[in-house]
Amino acid sequence: MPEISVTAPSTVEPLTKNQRILTYAQAGVEGVREEMQRNPQIFYIGQGIGTRGGNFQQSRGLWEKFGGQRVRDTPIAERAQTGIGIGAALAGSHPIVDIVFLDFTLEAMGEIIQQASTIHYISNGRFKVPFMLRAAGGGIRSTGPHHSHTFWSFFAHIPGLKVAVPSTPYDVKGLIKSGLRDENPVIFIEHKGLYNTKGHVPEEEYLIPFGHARVVRPGSDVTVVCLGSMVQKSIDAAQRLEAHDISLEVIDLRTIAPLDKESILTSLAKTGRLAVVDEAYATCGMAAEIAAIAATEALDELDAPVVRICTYPAPHAFSPSIDAYLVPSVDRIVREIAHMMGKQL
Amino acid sequence: MGAIESMEAPQKSKERQPSGSDGELILSLYRSMVLIREFEMKAREVFRTGRMPGFIHVYIGEEAVATGVCARLRKDDYVASTHRGHGHALAKGITARAVMAELMGAVTGCSGGRGGTMHLYDPTVGFLGSNGVVPPGILIAAGAGLSAKLRGTDQVAVAFFGDGGSNNGAFHEGLNMASIWEIPVVFVCENNLYATEMPLAEATKNTNVASRAAAYGMPGIQVDGNNVLEVYEKAGEAIERARSGGGPTLLECLTYRWYGHHEGDPGVAYRPKEEIAAWKNRDPIMKLKNDSIAARQITAEDFKRVDAEIAEVLEDATRFALDSSIESESTALEHVLYSATN
Repeated sequence: MPEISVTAPSTVEPLTKNQRILTYAQAGVEGVREEMQRNPQIFYIGQGIGTRGGNFQQSRGLWEKFGGQRVRDTPIAERAQTGIGIGAALAGSHPIVDIVFLDFTLEAMGEIIQQASTIHYISNGRFKVPFMLRAAGGGIRSTGPHHSHTFWSFFAHIPGLKVAVPSTPYDVKGLIKSGLRDENPVIFIEHKGLYNTKGHVPEEEYLIPFGHARVVRPGSDVTVVCLGSMVQKSIDAAQRLEAHDISLEVIDLRTIAPLDKESILTSLAKTGRLAVVDEAYATCGMAAEIAAIAATEALDELDAPVVRICTYPAPHAFSPSIDAYLVPSVDRIVREIAHMMGKQL
Repeated sequence: MGAIESMEAPQKSKERQPSGSDGELILSLYRSMVLIREFEMKAREVFRTGRMPGFIHVYIGEEAVATGVCARLRKDDYVASTHRGHGHALAKGITARAVMAELMGAVTGCSGGRGGTMHLYDPTVGFLGSNGVVPPGILIAAGAGLSAKLRGTDQVAVAFFGDGGSNNGAFHEGLNMASIWEIPVVFVCENNLYATEMPLAEATKNTNVASRAAAYGMPGIQVDGNNVLEVYEKAGEAIERARSGGGPTLLECLTYRWYGHHEGDPGVAYRPKEEIAAWKNRDPIMKLKNDSIAARQITAEDFKRVDAEIAEVLEDATRFALDSSIESESTALEHVLYSATN
């Protein structure tokens, strides 16, 4: 297998005419397909991921290409899917267990946290668990309290797991390929609201390493740390604030375990202000962790209190007006950051 | 590969048969059961000195199950076990030294002392862990079996769990998926009549665990789990069926734990004394011994020789475990994540 280079943290190049455009869902399929071709130990199980091609088209064409041995639909049994995946990993296979909705990882949480995350450690390194759990998080069009969750910080809390939350088609492909070459349990969380978004995905093979954030937009006044669906909203907010002479540096974390602390601290040294925008809740979450990092490692850099712009602490409602209110909007990001800068917008 | 120290390449051999005469088989089953019994007696003894960390669940009374099943497995087959897992580990081939040292949290243990009694691991004999949770081993074994099937080997996996485990959701999900996918796995339910303290008859309206196999379209077989030859025979059929593509089997072994749920639980508050005494009279080791002597297959002297041999093995294992270092603090943050460059 020839070595291929991994991309360094960089900004996204502007689109030009000849670039190949894929959707976020297509980019994921392409990444999985390439890795399944490369590694015969990879197999894929989940609900509706076979002939249907996945609820979000996230596995489209894999069953046709690899057949029913390696791509298997399962009954509604998240715990067995996950536990069987872990057992297969211990025996030398590399499963992708697609839970489809991140919410339903709760049905399998014991297997993920009690088994997958601990076995390498407690076996004293004698076993490894090459295992990917794939699921889509976040809200879209009033999916309500059982289909909108954003649990990435649950998983990032646990030693022994890696957690990716890509925001673009380019990142989905590069990260899912890296995740499938990693022989640790990897929680790969796509955002269901992004599956139909489009972006440049090169023909040539590339990998994106875990733990390397991307500076999406350079700026000088406020560091905005975000991931998943909040990246585009933060970019939109940055464009609006530019008109009011407020310059945002937007950082897309891409993975939260490992977390690219260096990129955050480097940016903070430049801007002196930190806002974390997260679709998850603020309490004990990723935003709290990043605020704590700033407080413990960059207190002298801070010129203003850290701002956490997160989903308000209530279950997701079906009501479109309530749900839109709860989740951070571009308006709210603009408003809260302007306030931080002493302006009323 | 999930196993970092890999096992020998899977063999395409026939089912493992006892070598030589019935006498040799009987002695080898006897040796395995006595090893487990005496190991557990030693472990209790050390536990009572206060030198052993944590708490242990001993397997005394149930030795025929692990012994009869594992005697039918190859080294490259898989076993996933439970909180009461010392017997499974020993029967599958982890040494008494490595298990006893692990119980002490010693660096020479099979998991380097990091896992302890409920996290015994050994990839070189296909041992996928004892387990602190009821009953993920069902799923882990099914997964290992699926892996064998996908890799095109004829390896088989066995899950051990108790009657308590049979009332957990993982039993339903795991048996169902193993059945639809015809996974080469044998589900061995060690029915010792109590889930910790809850009698099976209070935990379910259908106390015949084997009969539940019908719900999953797989064979369900109930055996006397205190008769090692019967376990050996029926486990052999189930393992052969799995190995030859016939899918999973639920094998219910009726047995009993002599002591409490864990060391320190007298185990008498919720179990009638007469019941305990009756089961002790059905000791699987005494049964094999008495039946074989009566049938003039083995002499009392032969059994005594095995007893002496095992006593030596356990003296050595205990000394080894107690003499081993438990100092591993400097490695506390190693192996949290796997790295190919480690």
